[in-house]
Amino acid sequence: MSERVAVRKTYKLFIGGKFPRSESGRSYLVQSANVSLASRKDARDAVVAARAAVKGWSGATAYNRGQILYRVAEMLEGRREQFVALGVPGDEVDAATDRWVWYAGWSDKLPQVYGGANPVAGPYFNLSAPEPTGVVAVVAPEAPALLGLVSVIAPAIVTGNTVVVAASPAAPLAAVTLAEVLATSDLPGGVVNLLTGRIGETVPTLAAHLDVNAIDLAGVTDADLAADLEVRAAENLKRVLRPVPADHDWTADPGVGRMTALLETKTVWHPKGV
Amino acid sequence: MIFEYAPAPESRSVVDLKPSYGLFVNGSFVDPADGGSFTSVNPATEEVLAEVAEAGPQDVERAVEAARTAYQKVWGPMPGRDRAKYLYRIARIIQERSRELAVLESLDNGKPIKESRDVDLPLVAAHFFYYAGWADKLPHAGFGADPQPLGVAAQVIPWNFPLLMLAWKIAPALAAGNTVVLKPAETTPLTALLFAEICQQADLPAGVVNIVTGAGETGRALVEHPGVDKVAFTGSTEVGKAIARSVAGTRKKLTLELGGKAANIVFDDAPIDQAVEGIVNGIFFNQGHVCCAGSRLLVQESVAEQVLASLKRRMAQLRVGDPLDKNTDVGAINSAAQLARIRELSDVGAAEGAQRWSPPCELPERGFWFAPTIFTGVTQAHRIAREEIFGPVLSVLTFRTPAEAVEKANNTPYGLSAGIWTDKGSRILWLADRLRAGVVWANTFNKFDPTSPFGGYKESGYGREGGRHGLEAYLNV
Repeated sequence: MSERVAVRKTYKLFIGGKFPRSESGRSYLVQSANVSLASRKDARDAVVAARAAVKGWSGATAYNRGQILYRVAEMLEGRREQFVALGVPGDEVDAATDRWVWYAGWSDKLPQVYGGANPVAGPYFNLSAPEPTGVVAVVAPEAPALLGLVSVIAPAIVTGNTVVVAASPAAPLAAVTLAEVLATSDLPGGVVNLLTGRIGETVPTLAAHLDVNAIDLAGVTDADLAADLEVRAAENLKRVLRPVPADHDWTADPGVGRMTALLETKTVWHPKGV
Repeated sequence: MIFEYAPAPESRSVVDLKPSYGLFVNGSFVDPADGGSFTSVNPATEEVLAEVAEAGPQDVERAVEAARTAYQKVWGPMPGRDRAKYLYRIARIIQERSRELAVLESLDNGKPIKESRDVDLPLVAAHFFYYAGWADKLPHAGFGADPQPLGVAAQVIPWNFPLLMLAWKIAPALAAGNTVVLKPAETTPLTALLFAEICQQADLPAGVVNIVTGAGETGRALVEHPGVDKVAFTGSTEVGKAIARSVAGTRKKLTLELGGKAANIVFDDAPIDQAVEGIVNGIFFNQGHVCCAGSRLLVQESVAEQVLASLKRRMAQLRVGDPLDKNTDVGAINSAAQLARIRELSDVGAAEGAQRWSPPCELPERGFWFAPTIFTGVTQAHRIAREEIFGPVLSVLTFRTPAEAVEKANNTPYGLSAGIWTDKGSRILWLADRLRAGVVWANTFNKFDPTSPFGGYKESGYGREGGRHGLEAYLNV
């Protein structure tokens, strides 16, 4: 009896609900695997996919988005061992799962907490409501590979944004595996798009892209690069979330800040009368 | 029987203008370090109103330092309850001196007294009164149990609503516990300087509010000063982008309220007379010097002729002239430079093939004037449909279906405001959901209130002013 030869997994990008290789045909060796080395073109393709998904995802009911995020938690729970095998501590997988559950519940509550009627001094109905800003580029924290990633994706998408995420270059396997979770959670294709490879190669393209509405620099550790990305983002006045300090405790209560920073407030007026 | 027109001029005797003004730093008026100055003129007559100090980098330095000290020693540690009382005091003094402020605003800006008296000033007082009440209630504002101020706020404001923009900036900043250095626009500094006197009259502690006058260079020195923690700017998208670049990589929190090219959408079931009033208000209010002006009229094809005929009839009734005449509807263009810009873009509109129309109207010989103007036959490619003119110039486009109206309305890099005119409620809500704009006025236009958040999507900027949302810009959340 010879020992069974294992079937290895190819770690690819996640764009528009599909798992393509980099159009550049390149990969890099990390965590003992060949992982796609995304190109600037891949970044642009990911933005196209993310933009295409905005209408459906932002137009979905809050209840529906909440259920889908909860479904992500269900899928992640079931794959706990797979992440542990990749070196993610079990506690971190649990925390990441719980984070999806936490954010899932926000979908139909944030508009009430963050919007509402305004008592204007006149005979007018006046209501403010939050809306997603659109396509968000996200640089995932270098660590923790899974919890950090979930903690930046979930707050962006729960309100109806779509994202293009640059995974931690040093630990992309958990990210690609999370993409497989997302692909089986009824999340529409294009809502989350994942790029693996070098931050310095893809993220400047995203920061300068005129069809990206916001950029979350959470995982950028190089201060000069962060400043450069912010300068690029100014071209179309992207909403910018600045880098998160390296000593940030990702297990702490995240608060609503990461959600509200990626929202627009729309206020509608109408006269009252007969 | 024909009646002769009888003007009803407001007296300017209520305003006591000094020949020259210093900078307001640390509670007193001081001379600028290098002695530079410029003049502010009445745009309706080109008469020089006063000489105003021009702040250089040293003056900005002094002002930021004063604000820092006041933040650390007085305003930061002060209980919210007491900050509230100072803001209430300011609101009351503004109400008490409102006629003086309104007349001065009209003199310096060129806007009709009817508007400065009935719109700007009531809103200014209301804004201070509203935010005063927040000062001791911040833990209840929804930003956590103990939200903290940022420190020193650098604020740069435009010339279109000089005192109102000052109120939008200073009231929430102070309520949240910050101190400020504010730069008014170089063509309209006078009401800000009168406001400085009001701060003195209110016994506001020295250094909490500092006013540095000057042009673009002064503004740049202020927002780029390493000692400021917060930058708030209202003005052009071009300058807004430059500021966004300049704060990159710093700790400074930034909010921007920038340009717009709002669509005012009129459906065939709209009450035409009301819609026409809304169109006129949307574009000719404040001479069209309004970032949220309804500068693109999108009218449904089936009623386009009727709406245009009615609009032209109404425009012929607009009284253009002396801002201090209580009958005046459209005042003076704020500056020669702005007039040149409006003329240039209007000429481009005609050159690109749109049809230009203005009612017969006599413009005064001196001063900066532009007759209310509409362009028909405008396409989405025309520059007058894409660029902010910031003047009394309306571009008229048509549409057939609601979906086409959405497409055209959103076809702009801006996203500040929009208008909808229809009798059908479900259509209003359907459309409001789809318009990428921060403020949507349905069957009304250009309404403002301190409780109502204002601000843009896309390249119209970020952050909101007004309401609970407006506090966020000045808190560490």
